[in-house]
Amino acid sequence: MTQADSAVAAAGWDYSPAPERTRPEIDSEYGLFIDGEFKKPRSGKVFDTINPATGERLARIAEANEDDVDAAMAAARAAGPKWARMKGRERGKYLFRLARRIQECARELAVLESMDGGKPIRESRDVDLPLVAQHFFYHAGWADKLQWAFAGRTVRPRGVCAQIIPWNFPLLMAAWKLAPALACGNTVVLKPAETTPLTALHLARLLQEIDLPPGVVNIVTGAGETGRLVASHSAVRKVAFTGSTEVGRTLMRETAAREIPLTLELGGKSPNIVFADAPIDQAIEGVVSGIWFNQGHVCCAGSRLFVEESILETFVAALRDRMKQLRLGDPLDKNTDIGAINSQGQLERIRSLVRIGQEEGAILHDVQAAPLPSKGCWFPPCFFTGVQPSHTLAREEVFGPVLSVMSFRTPEEAIRRANATPYGLAAGIWTDKGSKIFEIASRMDAGIVWCNTYNQFDAAAPFGGVKESGFGREGGLHGLRAYVR
Amino acid sequence: MLAQRAASFTKRSIKAESKRAGLRLAVSMVDLTTLEGADSPELVRALCRRAISPCPTPLDPPVPSVAAVCIYPRLVPIVREALAGSSVRVASVATGFPSGQAPLEMRLQDTQAAIEAGADEIDMVISRGAFLAGRFDEVADEVRAVQEVCGDAHLKVILETGELETPDNIRRCADLVIDAASRDRAVQDGEVFVKTSTGKMSPAATMPSVLLLLESVRDHFNATGVRIGVKPAGGIRRAKAALHLLVMVRETVGQDWLTPDLFRIGASSLLDDLVRQLLWTSRGCYAAMHDVAVT
Repeated sequence: MTQADSAVAAAGWDYSPAPERTRPEIDSEYGLFIDGEFKKPRSGKVFDTINPATGERLARIAEANEDDVDAAMAAARAAGPKWARMKGRERGKYLFRLARRIQECARELAVLESMDGGKPIRESRDVDLPLVAQHFFYHAGWADKLQWAFAGRTVRPRGVCAQIIPWNFPLLMAAWKLAPALACGNTVVLKPAETTPLTALHLARLLQEIDLPPGVVNIVTGAGETGRLVASHSAVRKVAFTGSTEVGRTLMRETAAREIPLTLELGGKSPNIVFADAPIDQAIEGVVSGIWFNQGHVCCAGSRLFVEESILETFVAALRDRMKQLRLGDPLDKNTDIGAINSQGQLERIRSLVRIGQEEGAILHDVQAAPLPSKGCWFPPCFFTGVQPSHTLAREEVFGPVLSVMSFRTPEEAIRRANATPYGLAAGIWTDKGSKIFEIASRMDAGIVWCNTYNQFDAAAPFGGVKESGFGREGGLHGLRAYVR
Repeated sequence: MLAQRAASFTKRSIKAESKRAGLRLAVSMVDLTTLEGADSPELVRALCRRAISPCPTPLDPPVPSVAAVCIYPRLVPIVREALAGSSVRVASVATGFPSGQAPLEMRLQDTQAAIEAGADEIDMVISRGAFLAGRFDEVADEVRAVQEVCGDAHLKVILETGELETPDNIRRCADLVIDAASRDRAVQDGEVFVKTSTGKMSPAATMPSVLLLLESVRDHFNATGVRIGVKPAGGIRRAKAALHLLVMVRETVGQDWLTPDLFRIGASSLLDDLVRQLLWTSRGCYAAMHDVAVT
């Protein structure tokens, strides 16, 4: 070996910082997007949106009050008849144009998403943005084919849709909500999450650029109260919500009283079941994607891992080794695997659940070598072994990078324990045996079952849950149903 | 998930200092190879000079020598002489390369000849036919027989992953070879390598196939504490591909394997691109191909 090589060998070969250099233009203040224009809030109130990786303010965002929501609803209602009458192929053109424009601006939007939400640029660039564009392309295709989507029926749009979206995939959730609604001829009042409103507001700019008729999409920002005003407004003919089960329950009561159709995509505590005959390295990748993708801020996160007892020890050791490879840090570094926790509030929730897990006697495995950054919201990826079904960590959604590992002996036990949760969003099954896959998959109480893979999303594949994970589907033909009558 | 994981390594962004260090590391791991019917002593001598000092322009720090020169047995004496006094090792393919279809006796003689001519390392091929027909003992026996002939020379076992086709086959074959080579003897770190391909067919060293070998080697290390080497070969032409391989090694078996003693890259034209990229890191502009390729 030459000197240079031994220097490499001694110090180890590490990756130099590789920051994404694209910097989108961020205004200091954003208004409400109503009737095709950004307007100052009548409330006169603003709130900050923070970069969770640094704790710094990115922009001031308008907070919509009752008057503002009224204005947005009036715009949506006024734009409704013309938009609904428009030929499907014309509506489709707007969606195609939007999809292409999103692709053109993909890098800026990805960076913005990472700055506002803390997720690694690798994910916003390679997962979020491609899926956003795909969702609009896919639904643009449906716009002039609705009579084939609903054979034998002449479908009509529902009218004004209230759509409330979460902070974990801000732009992607906006796409999941807007695309089917617009393809079917509805008009929309959308409320992004208060911690991550920026990409939706930049999407509004793209809507201006493609000349979408004013009022067809209106975006009002604010916190829970704004969301309540949007969902309970008298102009609304359809409510779609993605978020917590708690808020979902409230919405269900309110919409039921007014006979407003509702779709809910709520929380989860999804199981990943690994049998002894599974290819271990691949199952490990599935588990990693299942729980540490987007810092675990994923409603379908595989947060309960069931491993067949005979391979438990091997599997846990392999998982520890794999976890060491995850790089936590600056979300804008292209080599970052784990970014920042979305908000201080969420960080505190994760911390408290982890503390409870330790108090209840589960064993924490946390192998991050590097110290956490001093500023911003951070939590290391970790997992717990020795988790009992009665433990809080086995029952409550953490919505963070925290995995609970449990074991089972027989397939019946695996099925019973996997289904023993109020939730039913997703499930993962890992085995080399096809017959086992069919048997177990058919007995999972879950809206989505992934076999020998995890976290596969496609605009054509319906996504949604059962039990307390909600009802209704997003994506595919099934997703269109909620937006027609 | 195998393909997904293998692709994830290609998403790492290797820039600045890590790129410079990675390129130099990759150069030091190259088994500079020529395995053509038309190989001449003159050509091979030129290759050896290039192996010893790969970069015609002096750089600071100097570009390291490659790990080995890999040729057919007949050329071993010439290479031995040309590399005398350098750190570059002499590697010879043997055992009826590339198909391994000759009778075992002849394949052992082939190996014997290479060893006697002074080869430091033997790149053997296994009988893929026997493996695919399920005659695993036959494959294990031939690995041990060749190992016997090798003596102190290091042994690299070529699986020809393109012919094994499925991930299951590749992983099983790697486990089989590693187990056969270390069953009755204490194998030193880096004494035995598993190698993806002959380079005579496509697909060769794909990212998933290399990942499978690395995983097999990692599991063997976890079970026994012995470090088996890995050598992807075939179709690796670009510096970027070499850096992707280093990323995969780093994140699968760890830093320990980032040495030519445990990881090699079998290639003929890769060195040109590695040198070109190294020149770029110092000059800030690309050297023309004819500036770097002297063979």
